[in-house]
Amino acid sequence: MRKKRNRQILVVTYLFVAVFLCMMGYTCHYAITHQQELINNSYNSRQEILVAQNTRGSIYAAGRQVLARTQTDEDGKETREYPYGNMFSHVVGYSVNGRYGIEASTNYYLINSNAKLSEKVANDVAGLKYPGDNVVTTLDVDLQQVAYDSLGIYKGAVIVTEPSTGRILAMVSKPDFDPNEIETIWDELLEDQESGVLLNRVTQGLYPPGSTFKIVTALEYIRENPDSYSQYTYQCNGRFSLGEETINCYHGTVHGYEDFSKSFAKSCNASFANIGMQLDRNRFADTLESLLFNQELKVGFAYNQSKLVIDENTEDADMMQAAIGQGTTAVTPLQMNMITCAIANDGMLMKPYLVDHVETHEGNVIKQFEPTTYKRMMSEKEAGIMNELMQEVVKSGTGTKLSGASYTAAGKTGSAEYNSVKTDSHAWFTGFAPVEDPELCVTIIIEGAGSGGDYAVPIARRIFDAYFEKR
Amino acid sequence: MELYITELSKYIITFFIALYTLECFLVFRFQEEERRKGIYIRQNFLMFLVHFSCFLVICFETGKMEYLLFYILQQILLFAAIMLFRMIYPRGNRLIINNMCMLLSIGFVILSRLSYERAIKQFFIVTVSLIMSMMIPYFIHKLKFLKSLTWVYAGVGIAALGVVLILGSVTYGSKISYSIGGVTFQPSEFVKIIFVFFLASALSESHDFIRVAVTAVLAGVHVLILVASKDLGSALIFFIVYVMMVFIATGQWVYLFIGVAGGSAAAVAAYQLFSHVQVRVQAWKDPFSCIDAAGFQITQSLFGISSGGWFGLGLFRGNPTAIPLVEADFVFSAVAEELGIIFSMCLILICLSCFIMFMNIAIKLQNEFYRLIAFGIGITYIFQVFLTIGGGTKFIPMTGVTLPFISYGGSSILTSLIMFFIIEGLYIIRQDEGDRRARKKKKQRRIKYKTEPDEEAEEDEAGEDEEEEE
Repeated sequence: MRKKRNRQILVVTYLFVAVFLCMMGYTCHYAITHQQELINNSYNSRQEILVAQNTRGSIYAAGRQVLARTQTDEDGKETREYPYGNMFSHVVGYSVNGRYGIEASTNYYLINSNAKLSEKVANDVAGLKYPGDNVVTTLDVDLQQVAYDSLGIYKGAVIVTEPSTGRILAMVSKPDFDPNEIETIWDELLEDQESGVLLNRVTQGLYPPGSTFKIVTALEYIRENPDSYSQYTYQCNGRFSLGEETINCYHGTVHGYEDFSKSFAKSCNASFANIGMQLDRNRFADTLESLLFNQELKVGFAYNQSKLVIDENTEDADMMQAAIGQGTTAVTPLQMNMITCAIANDGMLMKPYLVDHVETHEGNVIKQFEPTTYKRMMSEKEAGIMNELMQEVVKSGTGTKLSGASYTAAGKTGSAEYNSVKTDSHAWFTGFAPVEDPELCVTIIIEGAGSGGDYAVPIARRIFDAYFEKR
Repeated sequence: MELYITELSKYIITFFIALYTLECFLVFRFQEEERRKGIYIRQNFLMFLVHFSCFLVICFETGKMEYLLFYILQQILLFAAIMLFRMIYPRGNRLIINNMCMLLSIGFVILSRLSYERAIKQFFIVTVSLIMSMMIPYFIHKLKFLKSLTWVYAGVGIAALGVVLILGSVTYGSKISYSIGGVTFQPSEFVKIIFVFFLASALSESHDFIRVAVTAVLAGVHVLILVASKDLGSALIFFIVYVMMVFIATGQWVYLFIGVAGGSAAAVAAYQLFSHVQVRVQAWKDPFSCIDAAGFQITQSLFGISSGGWFGLGLFRGNPTAIPLVEADFVFSAVAEELGIIFSMCLILICLSCFIMFMNIAIKLQNEFYRLIAFGIGITYIFQVFLTIGGGTKFIPMTGVTLPFISYGGSSILTSLIMFFIIEGLYIIRQDEGDRRARKKKKQRRIKYKTEPDEEAEEDEAGEDEEEEE
């Protein structure tokens, strides 16, 4: 009897030991995994200690050019300098009046110091702060410069990535601002609600995708008709009508007889509205999900979710609009770029990232960020078909301004109408080069410029030229 | 220079405390105190090293020599406590005393860092409490009538809690303390012990259904008064202690299940009925959504815990004072921040080692009354540790109880000391029981085999011992 009861004491003991081990595991895990996230919380006073103790580290481009650094004058007053001014305004961001861009996402590293102990001691003696750790980004100053200049006075966005790794080489958003002046222009920026200067249009700008969305529609059609999509034909007379709804081709162009590839290359709205009506709406929803629509992204910077909800209750009229990228569809240039990257990389999306590594001020690497796969967006076969369709756009379709270069290119243009005045449209292009083994993936949007083929494609060409000429 | 010391000391302190913790569990390899002697001496040495290194850092960081003096006083006090205990109670359990002193010294270190004034006050509280409670093992051993005061315990407990409910002052929304002549008491702390005595004596006399029902009613009164005082943490401790002790006294699983089911139902009801319970649960589920209000404490605590990393920021290098009530309910977070996650995990393991030793003692006690007391006190202690650390780390909702020996506060310190010394008393009783049994066996053997008298004397109770190990 006694022994039996003692066994119950043992059970209780083991129970408590087990609960305590869980609690210990939980606490360790929580503390270590949330270290960075919590130090950035504005309610956490500990970052002030680090800021007082360490000089904020610098941010470098991949080619070691300084994108941001802190200068301390004789009185110990610190100023944050951005040598390239407006050029990197959104992607690098700022660190006063709150934090933005890489300044925000890598704040934890910048305010910490892993300098050698002996050096810290020497600085203590000299009454100096410790040098903070430096962040080396994936950004390429030359490409950023070309993209920045090409966009000119237009509002818009450009993102250049490496499809095989996910490295972001350039990220431009206009209108921009000078981060050196952020304190003086701050009130002005806040008052200006309309132009949204502080919005990073690449990751947060939500636009109608226009014809670039035909990539998604085409992919869905191929998925539903894997063996017969190439037999698709359509006679275009410049418009497609169903009930009271009519879809017109861009500027009312009549494309005549066309197959699947030509419909895509010529960006025929009527044909794609026709395709859209043949699609299974539930399966379309699955494809949207596989392409990361309507969901949170696992990326290390601020972004908005791209939105398009299609289900069995979607009206025919809405489905027609959705098929050609109009209607309620809203995407970010980042989203289009990720889809394009997946096509360029045999269907596999690499996670887009901006920070290559963190190092001490002496160059000892503290943390290296390796390319990681995000997810398989489509099969290798599907990616191959999409690649060919996009090549045809450059060869004979709306993207011919990219043909005849020393490299091969593929892509899709778009001219997204964004209000009832028909002539106004955003010029889109998303594509990659060279087609055999894509090295560069470019997505461009120019607000209110006109057609993608005329305005966006030339910018893509300048970026590709700049990149491949350097070789 | 200070920097070298701080940086280096982080690793040294972590190393020493880790070794100490290891020894805490190595103790359980041996059955007799005699064979554990080496471990205890090493523990005393490591304890001294941790304490000394911490104060060395404090002196360097602050540049104030008064900390040195304060340290010497503490060292004398702890040394005296260990030596005096050995002299008065040569048969006492030294793991419990060692752990107690280790925890007290961690408490001194972290309080000195948080508030010098409070640390001094704490030092006097500890000194007086130690002197008072040092006599407890003697009384436990000698006072045989303790077992017969059953209903007196219940009366005193309910009365003490009731007085606070009616006359007590409100702190942080709860009525938990009561002042007599300028000294503030928190009676629920002491009543915890009386409550264990009540249950132990009531249930050791009889544990039939009627007795269980009667104790349930009286225990319920305790818990309800505490709920009415909005002292949820204590109410929860009383409840768990009751369920566990009934389970052990009766040996029937059904009571455990009824208790757990009833407790869950009560928790749901409390959530539905009281807005302050809802607020706490909300602050636990998503503290960052209400960081301005209910979530402020817990998020500050999480900031502290997460900022230190494995080895901590070093004493005076963090910002634990940003956590409200850090020296009482959230002292664990301060330890984690400045002394590191490894150190704080060792701290938890030391508490766990005490608990395992308590349970070990309970298992070996023959007398049912004493067995239940040892068990009840063990549960009270470990559950309180669980509530405070779990609450501060967002493992469970926050209930606002103190961490024994480390948190600032007289009632908490005195209660914890009394609890530990009661266990010491029980340990001595257990050894007497062992002796008596050994003598009996010997006698029986002598009668049986008159030819070989001495050979098997050493065997004593080895057959019954069940070993506890981590």
